[in-house]
Amino acid sequence: MMGEDGILLEAEIRKKLRDFQLEVSFAAGRGCLGLLGPSGCGKSMTLKSIAGILAPDEGRIALNGGRQVLFDSRQRISLSPQKRRAGYLFQNYALFPNMTVRENIMSGLGAASGHRRASQRKERAEEMMERFRLKGLGDRYPGQLSGGQQQRVALARILAYEPQTLLLDEPFSAMDAYLREELRLELAGVLKDYAGASVLVTHDRDEAYQLCSHLVLMKEGRVLAKGKTRELFQNPGTWEAARLTGCKNISPVRRLGPFRVKALAWGGLELETDQPVGEEVCAVGIRAHDFCPLSEGEAEAWEGRPGANRIPVGKPSISEMPFEWHITLENGIWWKKEKDIHTHDAAGVIPPWLRVDPSAILLLKGEAEPTRQAFL
Amino acid sequence: MDWSPIWISMKTAGLSILITFFLGLFAAWRVVCIRNERWKALWDGILTLPLVLPPTVAGFFLLYIFGVKRPLGRFFVEYFGVKIAFSWGAAVIAAVVMSFPLMYRSARGALEQVDPDLADAARTLGMSEWRIFCRVLLPNGRSGIASGGILAFARGLGEFGATAMIAGNIAGKTRTLPMAVYSEVAAGNMDRAFQYVEIMAIIALGSILLMNYGTFRADKGRRQR
Repeated sequence: MMGEDGILLEAEIRKKLRDFQLEVSFAAGRGCLGLLGPSGCGKSMTLKSIAGILAPDEGRIALNGGRQVLFDSRQRISLSPQKRRAGYLFQNYALFPNMTVRENIMSGLGAASGHRRASQRKERAEEMMERFRLKGLGDRYPGQLSGGQQQRVALARILAYEPQTLLLDEPFSAMDAYLREELRLELAGVLKDYAGASVLVTHDRDEAYQLCSHLVLMKEGRVLAKGKTRELFQNPGTWEAARLTGCKNISPVRRLGPFRVKALAWGGLELETDQPVGEEVCAVGIRAHDFCPLSEGEAEAWEGRPGANRIPVGKPSISEMPFEWHITLENGIWWKKEKDIHTHDAAGVIPPWLRVDPSAILLLKGEAEPTRQAFL
Repeated sequence: MDWSPIWISMKTAGLSILITFFLGLFAAWRVVCIRNERWKALWDGILTLPLVLPPTVAGFFLLYIFGVKRPLGRFFVEYFGVKIAFSWGAAVIAAVVMSFPLMYRSARGALEQVDPDLADAARTLGMSEWRIFCRVLLPNGRSGIASGGILAFARGLGEFGATAMIAGNIAGKTRTLPMAVYSEVAAGNMDRAFQYVEIMAIIALGSILLMNYGTFRADKGRRQR
């Protein structure tokens, strides 16, 4: 898991938490590494351990191909957060409310970052304010800024001292939806220019896909899967990983043949696959966009052909979104169909049949057999 | 009318709040910094003890420690030639000990209420713990700390039980206003007692209003910016 420049950050963390044992290990090169998982899965703990805010029970955290050790339980090394030079972006930005924007940005500058004199610090702060479009706001207090401006101040404050790692903890969760898209693009730009290791913690799969070149999928303190973002989304491997990457339809299956399964959650629907079904496959996944509608005539034409995978729609329940229909088939399958904002009538939209191409069926393994309960 | 109790009370309360304020604030910061929960609870218990003990019991302990025949008391007499028990200094010690828990507890609450992310952010930014205390914890917890100061001052001004035990009720030396009220009532001089009561009430109310005004201004200033 590394770019051309080799490993910039490697982490191996074990820590006993109240509900579970946190046990993760990963390595990151250039390009942002995402920790994707549901809330409370230990991803923030992992990030805090790298920054030195929390101490793992055991493990090792090192930078620059292992040349610079931040934490090593065997060698009894644990640098204070002050010495790790991590740039940590907090969920709510953690700007000091008693300091002005300028003072906030200057608060991380000092002899360690090569800004010994007050005039140097001031100059650097002005430079950062210019870069983050904060000119003229230097004397304001954080309480007087919008959410987007606050995030830019927090980023300016971190990047001012050229941190060795960039650690981003759910940077958009405290933000209004309409600001999110724009700021994501902005952050993508910052991440592209940044030369050190960067780690982004998120539970939002779009955010992870857009910003991270590599992903670590986490659940209850464990790593479910790791790899290149696009490959993980295309082939998540396990049903837990499939769910984290946003696969809406997952069903436990019984193997009927080398290319044939019976989906137990969808009324015993039989499906053909284009990959051989191994013994270890316990579930299949189909993304909600991967269905195509069939009219009665087309459905008849498909009947009996190999790889038809016809699915009866039955009596669906339909819910309207601005640009999509969310349709739940009678057998429980989710289908998302695009629409335009002027259409409100679903009458002509719902076909009698759907089909799914065998190549769109994700064959999934898993430690535990997925129960119906797990998907509700 | 004898004016000395007023002067002695102001002097005692003034000096003791100066000591209590910084001591309580410092103790609160150190306790907040303790990571081990058991040690934290133990220290908290010890530092809060004077609040839950009856003042006379606390005074008894002080007398036990600072009495002329006790090691610490004897040490002061032999090396500095100072007798602590039944001196004005004893009145200050009594006021400090009795008002300390109020300052400590309020300051601790105020420091703990500051968003822990702020201190963590300051750490990742490379600020030293002392700098975090001065630049982050204090400014963001100041209204709670100030109200702790008010409470501690009021407690020091009204201190009676422990003062009576260790400083006694010596006219012109350790007789504070509460002592004077007690003495006049005991001697049947209700009119004089009433004068002292009036003065006491005015001083107490005045100082609290003054400090409340100060915190109100501080809060308002913050909200406006």
